[in-house]
Amino acid sequence: MTELSQPADRRASIGTAEPRHDGPAKVTGSAPYAFEHPAADPAYGHLVTSAVARGRITALHTDAARALPGVLAVLSHLAAPALADTSDAEFAVLQSDEVAFRGQIVALVVAEDAETAREAARLVGVEYEESTARTVLDPESDALYCPESVNGGHRSDTRDAAVEGLLSAADHLLDATYRTPMQHQAAMEPHTTTALWQENRGHPSLTLYDSTQNPHGVRRTLATVLGLPADAIRCVAHYVGGGFGSKGLPHANVVAAALAARAVPGRTVRLPLTRQQTFTLGGHRTPTVQRVRLGADEGGRIRAISHEAWEHTSRIKEFAEQTAAISRMMYTAEHRTTAHRLLPLDVPVPTWMRAPGEAPGSYALEVAVDELAELVGVDPIELRVRNEPPHDPETGKPWSSRRLVDCLREGAEWFGWDPHHAPRLRREGRWRVGHGVAAATYPGLYIPGTKAEIERLGDGRYAVRTGAVDLGTGAWTVLAQIAADALDCPLDRIALELGDTRLPRASVAGGSTGTACWGSAIVGAARAFRAEHGSDPRTGARTLAGPEEHPEREQYAIHSFGAHFVEVRIDADTGEVRVPRMRSVFSAGRIINPVTARSQFVGAMIMGVSAALHEENAVGHGGALATHDLAGYHVASHADVGDLRARWLEETDPAYTPIGARGIGEIGIVGAAAAVANATYDATGLRIRQLPLTPDHFLP
Amino acid sequence: MDRDIELRVDREAHAVRVDTRTTLLDLLRDRLGNMSPKKGCDHGQCGACTVLVDGRRTLSCLLLAAQASDCEVTTAAGLAPGGEPHPVQQAFLDHDGYQCGYCTPGQICSGVGVLDEAARDEPSHVTEDLTARVALDREELKERMSGNLCRCGAHPGIIDALEEAARQ
Amino acid sequence: MKEFSYTRPDSAEAAVAAVAQDPDAVYLAGGTNLVDHLKLGITTPGSLVDVSRLALGDVEPTPDGGLRIGATARNSDLAAHPYVRRHFSLLARALLAGASGQIRNVATTAGNLLQRTRCGYFQDPDARCNKRRPGAGCAAQEGWTRYHAVLGTSEHCLAAHPSDMAVALAALDAVVVVQGREGERRVPLTHFHRLPDDRPDLETVLEHGELVTAVEVPPLPYADRSAYRKVRDRASYAFALVSVAAALDVRDGRVAGVRLALGGVGTVPWRASVAEEALVGGPATEEAYREALLAELAQASPREDNAFKIPMARSTAVSVLRQLTQAPPPAGRRDQP
Repeated sequence: MTELSQPADRRASIGTAEPRHDGPAKVTGSAPYAFEHPAADPAYGHLVTSAVARGRITALHTDAARALPGVLAVLSHLAAPALADTSDAEFAVLQSDEVAFRGQIVALVVAEDAETAREAARLVGVEYEESTARTVLDPESDALYCPESVNGGHRSDTRDAAVEGLLSAADHLLDATYRTPMQHQAAMEPHTTTALWQENRGHPSLTLYDSTQNPHGVRRTLATVLGLPADAIRCVAHYVGGGFGSKGLPHANVVAAALAARAVPGRTVRLPLTRQQTFTLGGHRTPTVQRVRLGADEGGRIRAISHEAWEHTSRIKEFAEQTAAISRMMYTAEHRTTAHRLLPLDVPVPTWMRAPGEAPGSYALEVAVDELAELVGVDPIELRVRNEPPHDPETGKPWSSRRLVDCLREGAEWFGWDPHHAPRLRREGRWRVGHGVAAATYPGLYIPGTKAEIERLGDGRYAVRTGAVDLGTGAWTVLAQIAADALDCPLDRIALELGDTRLPRASVAGGSTGTACWGSAIVGAARAFRAEHGSDPRTGARTLAGPEEHPEREQYAIHSFGAHFVEVRIDADTGEVRVPRMRSVFSAGRIINPVTARSQFVGAMIMGVSAALHEENAVGHGGALATHDLAGYHVASHADVGDLRARWLEETDPAYTPIGARGIGEIGIVGAAAAVANATYDATGLRIRQLPLTPDHFLP
Repeated sequence: MDRDIELRVDREAHAVRVDTRTTLLDLLRDRLGNMSPKKGCDHGQCGACTVLVDGRRTLSCLLLAAQASDCEVTTAAGLAPGGEPHPVQQAFLDHDGYQCGYCTPGQICSGVGVLDEAARDEPSHVTEDLTARVALDREELKERMSGNLCRCGAHPGIIDALEEAARQ
Repeated sequence: MKEFSYTRPDSAEAAVAAVAQDPDAVYLAGGTNLVDHLKLGITTPGSLVDVSRLALGDVEPTPDGGLRIGATARNSDLAAHPYVRRHFSLLARALLAGASGQIRNVATTAGNLLQRTRCGYFQDPDARCNKRRPGAGCAAQEGWTRYHAVLGTSEHCLAAHPSDMAVALAALDAVVVVQGREGERRVPLTHFHRLPDDRPDLETVLEHGELVTAVEVPPLPYADRSAYRKVRDRASYAFALVSVAAALDVRDGRVAGVRLALGGVGTVPWRASVAEEALVGGPATEEAYREALLAELAQASPREDNAFKIPMARSTAVSVLRQLTQAPPPAGRRDQP
């Protein structure tokens, strides 16, 4: 298929700094999120969650809750409808007396108002027979296992028999173990569903206004779990208050909302998670322990890499983050071993979090590379340049584009990087000052299956419809820009419709795939529409189509790259770490909209700095989370955000899609924490091999 | 238990009977249908529910509706009468000071409050000299806005927007 | 949240009468702490007596150069008060280091003094907590204690006192004015909060029904050589890992007077009287400061997660004292660049 070219006769929409189309609705607060869809006389749900990490419910007292005026229903495993499919235990809500983690749903209240629902939930008494829970990730545990595959469909392990020998014979061997903590997506909008169950002559139907990155996925999952035909379920998500992976897959709360609605047919039920519940039910990133070994020759060329990752998963559902996968392609070593080991624990279910795999994996790898540069005695940029692979080491395919060195060089100049290979321990007044660099990458993933519909409207505009969703990425704007160029019409002729399973099927808003996958479907549909209806279509002319064939994609290894440059300042007396300055350069293909793209890049960089400095959770011995709210789980505040800027290289990647744009939602977080960590080393000479880099690590 | 209260929301008078447990936030959202202030944490830890109560920026999730009786409440919706954006809202639009939009109404109400507090010469944690007049530079804005969390990372755009609004 | 009645008496006397006669009644002022706890279900009063609109909000200089702070003065108004900014900058700094602008706009002086710990187990109704349910046990003993206290702890409770303002007031020798049914009494701030010992649920010396009506701060001749430094896990809007309130009077190279209180490390706002005693009359040197802090912190009983607070408190306090010695900032100036 051919590249989407710029329209010749007028200004293209792609590439222009178009302000967000959803802006006016967002700044006034009128854009409706999941809780906010109008409903006549809604009821309110509230969840009761388990107080133990492992055990069995022995008694459940609901009389006091039921006696409360205004309570409409109290559901528990003793009084909840059987679900059609409980093979995925995360969705087997209220189906048994077993408790698999602290915070699991054990009962559910529906009431006339939110106050009554909350109080009724408090009055539900649950007794447990508690068993000994295991909640701590122990890399020595006998219960560790090798998953069949890791997230993204990658192999769990890649083994190369030559690695051990090369490592022991290397001129320079870096062998270090790094730790990252349990982290949370902490989207500002808690996971919420507004649900309506209706019965029409024995045929149930379910409408969900859900806070999701994947309306069609929610519908598919709920159809299976509830045993309903897919077309009996409608899922709507016009606006989503951030997801960062936590809303990419449905979670137990959506099933609970469906059960709540089913308990009061014909009545809309709003079921928001409390903020505390989002920490257990909304997902998290596994803690990791990562051992990285790099064996290099005298000149710093890496001959062998070994990257092993230990992670936890929940006992009821496996999620295996592809933490070590980044080391399969990032540097040139011909011999590589990567491995993932999982420990099933009595903990909540981990899931995607922005750049799953690459984010924690890059932290370990990119600090290790910094450490190797010191061993070799070269500047860390130079070390990376010496280890540029000419083609993808894992697949042998040529790169569609690999401009890491360009990113490093441009970033170095922009930042004012002074080459060095040992900590400089600089001091300015009370501040210890350091600079750090790290590289970033993210794959050009492609999820097939999205379709789009184009229709000529009576007012001369084109309706462009697909069931994709905008979590704040800019899809409402960017997809309209793509549609305008694909239809070769002005932007104001596009009437975009998103976020509804009544629209054509679209893939998840995740993996930095949205613009490529949804955009390709829109381009495909636009071309089919023009082929079918010409340039002056009649009102009502309509075409449904997906992307055109694009065989080039399979011939290349497709990845974005980037380079982060960070300045840190560390208070010499208190150890407080600040990041006053960060400059990052990305190679991400064509940039559709510089306004939304910049916000995506910088936003992910901020999340990376936040992970570097602040974010940490842990499951304690009784299964309680160490922190379970936004006062305890620290995400960067305004005062933590220094002068952070992003740039990108002008380029396009037609091998990936006809649009030429690779994804930009995740690459900004990849490597960011490593750059901060490397800068703290330059400032202090202390190599802290764990996150977050809190003040206690840097006390005098 | 119920209590009758009167208050004005976005210039409109309301006389309502509320459950004493109802917060101002839930009164606005669940009873009055004003969804502009958002519930991000419901415990005063994120700032998404910020509204102006008698002109002062306030977390509506930590204020009982009964406490707000006889008060004038302004939400981000009320800052834009007739759809005409407030200068702070326009600055957010101009600087892409938002992404998902969920923290945005709270950031905007907070920003309006910050500009007013600075105009009244109220100091902050980073004010260099408590005895001098407050100069609202970038560091001041960041410190003063820190009660409004944003997870998308729109912070630079938000502070750009408020810098511009402060200049006007 | 259990149902409760809400009343708003029009005098302090009526408020005291209302609460004193009802064991299930509590005062409501700003509500920034209480409403949080009502939602969490960790406190379940039957009656809320709103005192926030009583005429107790004045902030006034006293004839001797001290300060009288009305109980319902809002944190932001107190911090912005010109007299406080000029003459009690330590207090203004501590207030401004706490919470967020929105919370300071509503939170009151008395409410700040009475705010309860941020211990995650206290805030989790499913966890064991002797504060919430005496005798239930303390989950923090085997728990995650990064934010817990190292001073004043007991085997029953490790919860840190969260206030910044109270740390400054402890250093300033403030006195809490309390009204009860029997009349008024005055309690030094350093005796206002109770150590947990075996009754962590009893957090202050207030009897049920007693109402804080004001806080009085005596004049401090060297208040212009004071500083409040707070160390936290993010740059703003976080509770203290460690905070230091200090005022220092150095004459001829010797410590003529010193006030030192620590936050984030104690189960109560921690007046560092051991350190003060060691310092007064001694040399104004960094070594002396370090020794004094070592003596103060010798009483600490840290856990693995919060052992860092001891060196952090020492280093931060020494840093503050050093700066006050070298170049005492003029009134109102920040102690740090």
